[in-house]
Amino acid sequence: MAIEELKKFIGKTDEPYPMEVEKGAIKRYAEAVGDANPLYHDEEYARTSKYGTIICPPGFFGWPVKSRPHLSGVRKELLESIMKAGYKRLLDGGSDFEFMLPVRAGDILVATGGIADVYEREGKAGKLIFAVTEMTYINQNGDRVANVRSTLICS
Amino acid sequence: MAKQLYWEDVETGGEVTPLPKIPTTQMLVKWAGASGDFNPAHYENAFANSQGLERAYVHGQLKRAWLCQLITDWIGEQGTLRKLSCQFRAVDWPRLMKTMEEPQEGDTWWCKGTVTKKYVEGDEHFVDCDIWVENAKGEKTTPGKATAVLPSRG
Repeated sequence: MAIEELKKFIGKTDEPYPMEVEKGAIKRYAEAVGDANPLYHDEEYARTSKYGTIICPPGFFGWPVKSRPHLSGVRKELLESIMKAGYKRLLDGGSDFEFMLPVRAGDILVATGGIADVYEREGKAGKLIFAVTEMTYINQNGDRVANVRSTLICS
Repeated sequence: MAKQLYWEDVETGGEVTPLPKIPTTQMLVKWAGASGDFNPAHYENAFANSQGLERAYVHGQLKRAWLCQLITDWIGEQGTLRKLSCQFRAVDWPRLMKTMEEPQEGDTWWCKGTVTKKYVEGDEHFVDCDIWVENAKGEKTTPGKATAVLPSRG
């Protein structure tokens, strides 16, 4: 498949979906990072902080309310098309996070996102496809809490 | 918690307090479960091989999370991380486990940073930093940038 075909994915978005921010999930995430900050697990401590409750480490937005695979929607469709085009290897190229507001335990976020860009580059061992996705998270008050831009590199 | 850092304490060219990390195969399993990223390239060597890699390697997003911790530890509870970006330029390998709890002897990774700019916008006091994850050879496998707001002594 030519890059022109893959570029047709640019601008495609997924149905927004709700994310539930649970205390237990926050705790496990912080543990996996090895981050012992009490704001992420100690309720009493967090209550006296400026946040008033347990918050998420930056970059954690809870889990989808309705179970869905990590790779799904337009992102999955795009990657499958890239694989069909003969690319077999997939690497996370990097991320760009913008944090507007803290995410608190008990928040319900709405995740909205899609494909922001698809482009080709000449690599050392042949052509590379870059797939850029963008996600926005909005909390129950209608306030945007974060934007995330991620780049996948296919070779 | 470390004592609170103030904007006035920071100088351009100054160092972000380094944060050591030892990725283990166990940590990668924990991260997979906590983040929802179940790509087998991070826990199955044969699959990692099929992706052109020597063995199961550290998730890029876990290194990104370490860099977030680097900044939040440094700026303290009254500071706010506003932006963080990083690129995964090279893969990093987890240590294997010696016991159910302890990793084998091996490399330690360091998250580090330097302040590139300090400025005031409106009534907020900002610092920009170059940040990175460095392997035991001193190679920056995961370079990036961060912007944070710090409290001011006024």
